[in-house]
Amino acid sequence: MNKNSNSYTFVFAIAMVTLLAGLLSYAATSLKPLQDNNVKSEKMQKILSTIGVEVSRDEAADGFARYIKEELALKEDGSVDTQANAFQLSLKKEIKKTNSEQRFPLYVAEKEGKKFYIIPLYGAGLWDAIWGYIALDEDKNTVVGANFDHKGETPGLGAEITTDWFQAQFRGKTLFKDLGAGFTADNFVSVKAVKGGAKAGNMHEVDGISGGTITSDGVSDMLQERLNRYLPYFKNN
Amino acid sequence: MAEEKEALFSKKNKALLTDPLDDNNPISVQVLGICSALAITVQLKPALVMSLAVLFVIIASNVIVSLIRNLIPSRIRIIVQLLIVASLVILVDQILKAFAYDVSKELSVFVGLIITNCIVMGRLEAFALANGPWKSFLDGVGNGAGYALILVLVAFFRELLGSGKLMGFEVLGHKAKTLADSTGLYAMGYENNGFMLLSPMALITVGIIIWMQRARNRKLIEN
Repeated sequence: MNKNSNSYTFVFAIAMVTLLAGLLSYAATSLKPLQDNNVKSEKMQKILSTIGVEVSRDEAADGFARYIKEELALKEDGSVDTQANAFQLSLKKEIKKTNSEQRFPLYVAEKEGKKFYIIPLYGAGLWDAIWGYIALDEDKNTVVGANFDHKGETPGLGAEITTDWFQAQFRGKTLFKDLGAGFTADNFVSVKAVKGGAKAGNMHEVDGISGGTITSDGVSDMLQERLNRYLPYFKNN
Repeated sequence: MAEEKEALFSKKNKALLTDPLDDNNPISVQVLGICSALAITVQLKPALVMSLAVLFVIIASNVIVSLIRNLIPSRIRIIVQLLIVASLVILVDQILKAFAYDVSKELSVFVGLIITNCIVMGRLEAFALANGPWKSFLDGVGNGAGYALILVLVAFFRELLGSGKLMGFEVLGHKAKTLADSTGLYAMGYENNGFMLLSPMALITVGIIIWMQRARNRKLIEN
C-alpha cells in the first residue's frame, strides 16, 4: 500500500477524526451531569456568601435548603409567577425579552431569625458580561453583602470587582434616599461606584476602581437597572 | 529486531527516564513550556494538577503516536499529532471540570494551552515517531516528570515566600490584622513578599534554578 497516496491520506484522516470525535462526544455527554452539578453548587455558594454564609461546595445544597426560604420569579408588576422556576431562570436570556415577558428571580433567605432579600444581577462591563448577587436587609434598603463576577474584564483593573475590598464596600450602604417616603422610583438612588473615590459618609457611593472606570460604571448601571425592577415587589410586600 | 531483545530497563532505557530530569530538562535546559511554568506556579496545588495533566497528555500521546507511527501518512503527521494531543487535552479538561471544578477554574485557559506546550509536540516529533511504544512511554514519563519537577520547585518557593503557605496550609504561622494576634513568624514582624506572587518572580526563580543547575552540572555550560 502506498502510504503517500492521496486516497490513503484521506481515508486515514477521516477514520482518525471520526474515532476521536466519537470518543470525545462520549466523554462530554457522560460527564455533563457532574459538571452541571458543580456549576449549580457554585451558584448556591455565591448566593449564600452574600448573607455571610460560607459553605463548601459539597455542603452547598444543604446550606441552600437551610437558609433560602423562598425562591420567587417576579413579573414586571411585582407579582409572583408561580409557573416559573426561579433558580433555573437565566438573566442573560430574560433581559432580551420584552418587559412584560421578563421574569426575574428573588431569593428570600432567613438567618438567625432575620429575613434577607437576595437579588441576582446581570449587566455589561468593558469587554463582556458582568454579574453578581446583592443581599438586602429586612428593611429592603440596607445592603448586607454583594459579590460580583465577570467573563473577561482586564486582570488588575476591571477584574478587581471580584476582590474582597471592592465587594466589602457595599456592606451597610443604602438604596433609598429616605425610607419613610416609600419604595418609589424618585426615592430610589441605588449604590454607585464613583471615580476618584466616594465622599466620606455618603450612603450611596463606593470607591470606583482606578483604571477600571468603565467596569465600575458597569457595576453602577447594573445595580441601578436591575434593582429598579424590584420596586413594585418591595412596595407590595 | 535488536530492540526486542533489549531488557525493559536497560541502561539506554533508564537514561530515557533520568536524562530529562537533569541533563536534558525540558524547562531548564531546553527552555520549553515556559508559559505555563510562569503562569500557574503561584500555588503548589494548581502546579501539581497541571503537572499531572501534562504528564498524562505527554505519556498518552507519546504511546499512541508511537503505536500508529507506521500508519501515519508523513504529509499530514503534524496534523495527526495535533489531533491526538488536542483530544487528550479536551478529555483532561472535561474530567477536571467534573471532578476538580475549583482547580479547573484556577487553571482555566492553561489546560487548553497544553495543546500548544512545545514539550508535548516536541517529544512526538523528535522521539515517538521514531521509537517503539515502550521507549516512548519512558520518554514521556521522563519529560513529564522533568517538567513537573521544575513547576513544583518554583511553586514551592512562590507559595512559601509569597503567601507563607504550602498546599494552602499556613506553615509560617497565622497572620492576623494586629501583631499581637499573629502567631509563628508573623508574631516577630515577618511580612510576606507580595512580589513573589507576580509573574516576573516566576521568571527570576526559573532563572535561579537554571543558574544553580549549571553551577552544579558543568557540562551544560555553553561556550
